[in-house]
This record gives sequence, C-alpha cells and structure tokens, in this order.
Amino acid sequence: MYKNFLRYVISVLFFLGVSGQANADFKVGFVYVGPTGDHGWTYQHDEGRKAVEAAGIKTTYVESVPEGADAERVIRQLAQSGHDLIFTTSFGYMDPTNKVAKDFPNVKFEHATGYKREHSNVSTYSARFYEGRTLLGHMAGKMTKTNVIGYIASFPIPEVIRGINAMTLAAQKVNPDIKTKIVWVFTWYDPGKESEAAQALIDQGADVIMQHTDSTAPVQVAEKAGVWSFGQASDMQRFAPKSILTSIIDDWAPYYVERSIAARDGTWKQQDTWHGLKEGMVAMAPYNSAMGTDLVKEVEQLQKDLASGKTHSFTGPIYDQKGNILVAEGSVADDGMLAGMNVYVKGVEGDIPQ
Amino acid sequence: MSFDLNFIGILIGAIMASSVPLILAASGELITERSGVLNLGVEGMMIIGAISGFALMVITDNLFLAVIGSMISGLIISIIFGVLTQSLLTNHVATGLALTIFGIGMSAMIGKNFVGIPGKEFPLLFVNFKENIPFLGPILFGHSIILYFAFLLPFLTNYFLKKTKIGLIIRAVGDSPTSASNQGINVTLVRYSCILYGGAMCGLAGAYLSLIYTPQWIENMTGGRGWIALALVVFATWSPIKVLIGALIFGGITILQLHMQAVGLRIPVQLLSALPYIMTIIVLVVISRDSRKIKLNTPTSLGQIFYKEK
Repeated sequence: MYKNFLRYVISVLFFLGVSGQANADFKVGFVYVGPTGDHGWTYQHDEGRKAVEAAGIKTTYVESVPEGADAERVIRQLAQSGHDLIFTTSFGYMDPTNKVAKDFPNVKFEHATGYKREHSNVSTYSARFYEGRTLLGHMAGKMTKTNVIGYIASFPIPEVIRGINAMTLAAQKVNPDIKTKIVWVFTWYDPGKESEAAQALIDQGADVIMQHTDSTAPVQVAEKAGVWSFGQASDMQRFAPKSILTSIIDDWAPYYVERSIAARDGTWKQQDTWHGLKEGMVAMAPYNSAMGTDLVKEVEQLQKDLASGKTHSFTGPIYDQKGNILVAEGSVADDGMLAGMNVYVKGVEGDIPQ
Repeated sequence: MSFDLNFIGILIGAIMASSVPLILAASGELITERSGVLNLGVEGMMIIGAISGFALMVITDNLFLAVIGSMISGLIISIIFGVLTQSLLTNHVATGLALTIFGIGMSAMIGKNFVGIPGKEFPLLFVNFKENIPFLGPILFGHSIILYFAFLLPFLTNYFLKKTKIGLIIRAVGDSPTSASNQGINVTLVRYSCILYGGAMCGLAGAYLSLIYTPQWIENMTGGRGWIALALVVFATWSPIKVLIGALIFGGITILQLHMQAVGLRIPVQLLSALPYIMTIIVLVVISRDSRKIKLNTPTSLGQIFYKEK
C-alpha cells in the first residue's frame, strides 16, 4: 500500500516536472569545444552565455565536447531536454547541428563559423576575425627584425586560411621581405603542443608569433624567448605583459542576447550573420606601447578604416602562391570567396594540408 | 634550417624536456602493472597532480611544497582506485576509466579559481654551463631538478625490479598472485603500495606540466599524455629502459615534425602529425621482439581480480 502510494507520487511529480519544462520556461543551451577556463575561444563564448543569463534567460552549457559523433549526441540531448535555442560554437559541429535540427523542427539552432543551413531552424554566425588579423599583420611586418613571422595553425579550414592570408597580405604591404612560416598542430587546444610549436617557430628564426589555437601557452613561450606575440580570442595580456602587442577579442555577448530574446519572443528568423570590427563582434585589446606611439597611431587609424569599410583586408591585386590572380586590382574579395577560401596567397610558405 | 651543433644541442634539450611527463607517468604505471594491476586512471591522476601542484604554488608560494603536494594528491586519488579494485574487487578497466573521468572533472572544479593566474619561475640548475658549453651545455645543463630525477628513474626502476627483494616480490605478485599468496606474501598490501606509488609518480608528472613545462593552470592541460604513457608501458613490454627510449622517441619526433613544418618541407602535414605515434610503435616493437624476454617481463595476472580464499 505504502509502496504503491510512493510510486504514484513519484510518477505525478515526474510528469509535472516534464510538462513544466516543456511549457513554462524558455531555455538556451550552449555546446563548447574546449573548457570554459581556456581563457580563449570557449571562455569568450561563455562570457556571452553569462550575458544571456544576466538578461534573465535560463542557460545551460556542455563543455569540452569533441567534434564528431559525441557532438551529435550532446546536441540531441540538449534538444530533447527542453532547450528552445541551442548555440553550437565550433566549426566541427556543422553537420551534427544540421542533422539534429532536422529531427527537432521546433528547436532553433545557431552554429558558429559554419556555412550549412540545411533546415529553416538553423542559423549561422561568425565574426570577421580576418579584420583583426590584418591589424596583426601590419604590426608584425613593422616589428619583425628577422622578417620571419611564425603562425601556429589549428585545422586547414577556410576560417584559419583566411586569417593566415589576411595577416600575410597586411604584413607584405609594410614589409615586402617578410615570410610566413606555419606549423599545423591539428588541435584547437593542447597547451603542451602549442608551446612546442611556438618554440619550434622561434628556433627557426621567427621573432613574431601568432596563433589560431585557444590556449595561452604560445604567448608565454614568446614572453620567455623575448619575441613578440598576439593574444587570441580574449585579452591574454597578463600572461605575457612584455611580449603581447595586442589581442583579437571575440565579443559574442550582444549577438547571443539579441538572438535569445528573439527566440523567446517568437521573432527569431533564419539568418547568416558575419560581423566584424564595425559591429564590435571583433574587438582589439589595448595596444602595447612598446611598439612606439607612431605605430600605435597607424594601427588605430587602420582599425578605424577597416571598421568604416574604407579599407578592406582583401583588396586586389592578390595572387596565389603560383602567381595566378585571385582578386583583380581595384576590387575586393566578396564574402563568398572569403567564406570558401582554400588557397594561400603569395608569400606564404608550404602547402595547405589536404 | 640551421644545422650548427649548438642548435642541435638546444633541440635535444627541448626533446628531453618534453618527454619528462611521459617518463614519470609511465615509470609509475609500470610498477603498478608489474604487480598485476591495470590502472587506466593515469590521465586522471596526472591532471589532479597538475592542479594540486599549481594551486599549492599559488597558495603557499613555495615550489617545494607544491611538488610534494602534487605527489601526495596523486597518491590520495589512487587510494580510491585501490579501495575499489583491491578491497571491493571491482573491474580494473572500468574503475580506471572512471578515475580518469573523475580526475578531469574534479581538477576542473578545483581549478575554477586558478584560471588566468600566471605561473612562477621554476629554478633551473647549472644555467651558466648551459650557455657556455656548446652542444653538450644545452643537453646536460639548465634543466629543472625534476628532469634529472625523471632520467634517473627508469634505471632505478630497472634495478629495483631486478635486483631487490621487494622488486622480486612485486614481480611474483604480478605473475601469479595465488602462488605469491601461498608463499605468505600479502598480495593486497603489495598491490596497494604499487598503486599508491603509481599515483604519486603520475601526480609528479602532472605537476611538471603545470609548474615547469607550461607554467599555468588550464583545464585538460595534460592533453592525453596519460594515455600515451599507458601505451608506452605496453609497447615497451614492461621494461623501464625501453619506456625511456619510447618516451624520447615520441617527444623527439613530436618536436622534429614541428620543425620540419616550420622549415616548409613538402611532406603531408597529416603524415608528420601521425609520425610520433607510428615511429614510437615501430621502434618499440622492433627492439622488443625477443619473445622470451616479453614472457619474462609481462605480468601474467595483469588486470585480473585477486581475492584470497578464506
């Protein structure tokens, strides 16, 4: 008797819980590729999530989700457990996101840095990090004495190649003799490997190091070796106060808040967002005064011009490694070309891993 | 690529520094496995060592305490594994995997307050010699004391297992716990001790990462090195010296392939990235072909649950 009673109570509570979840509160889920404590890419996404929370919307997150089969399972789990909007914040979540979106037409999905929107409930968004890379290239070209710029690259996807090209073009403009040396580490996040890559580049003569990976290890190696470096995704200045010239900062918070509110109020629509310096999705940390006030002023001006559209990171003539023309003189690369960029520009050493 | 002698010396020094965590963790695990216990929790114990060492460094501002503390925390977390597998007789594989997951989660939780704090300079020994002696200087000098310890450890382990009575007991327990038990050896006690020792060494390996190699705390900073250490033990057929060789090859090729990329050699990068794993396996398989020695070194009861019939 008593046992049966308990069973009833539990099942009633259970159903109350489930139905309450489905109707009453609106929830936003986040999937992260790294830990929230990486002080880089994922850290910044989590700052965005906190802003959503501060706007009075419930959020949950799953961190360190590998890109692959696990990702689909995690996204599906979030969709099943009553989340109304799900942000998947790494390139490798592109296919899993679209796959799950098909099965959950009432849930909205936002995928970062991808280009596939196979269903009407999938939006994509990214930031024009390459505008920041242009500024980095300008500084690197001016600051290098050895004319070798070291670049720690993660995966050969358009996003990363675009950054390498934008940086190289800007550096060539101020210093035609520079060479870009690239080391691919095939990870977004492995402090040990990233620091070994930084050290290898320095040993090979690079006196400016930049990274398209997420940990603070490379800037610390640069600090120790006495070469220049740039922070990635968030302000890494305190890890290498002497060495860091600036950091590219990703600011997702305004976008996350706007989209979450739109989804809650029913005004969410599929879209493809690509914001840059102008909208503030890409921001620059304070410039290191060690590079001299003249150069700081120059870079600040360039930043303004990039934001206003007066200057474009990919202004022709641009040639590929073999000397074929990619962008004609007087024109700029369109977004389609930027989104699918898969060749190096002239002046980059080596081949893109296929 | 500049090929002057001093540059090669610096390269070798860097390779040695990168293989230290593998040597420490693998040497610890080797003792554990020789007693017949398969602890897959190496990664978890390493990461706990990394966060404990870093946290203690921040709190006490004392590197000596930090290093000792990291070993003690590795040891404490391995007690969990010991109690579960030895006293409660749970499955080694499942318990070890759980320990790794637990360690990663636990370290992230403790580490929340230590993210973003820059590390402290760890004292390096004989820095003068390093700069003044070409080639040999950067190889032999200018390292941390933990590196010297790590390079001695495989030889000590080898001696310990082969020449001492306790070493013999450990091997006996690993080969046939039943016979050892009949001889009056307390199998559970021996295995407990070996698990604790393995835990302490893994903790030290983690502290090397968070205090010396990349001096800071970042979540997941061990980056799978625990798994590589585990694989090394097996591929080195439970021989400490071969563990050392394997770790050096792995560290060496990892760093060399980065240099090859930076030089711009036209070799597919994916192949270069896979090279450390492929080469380490090939070399270790080739040097451990002697089947008689493999039989001699393999702990026959590895991973089997032992309980004494009353």
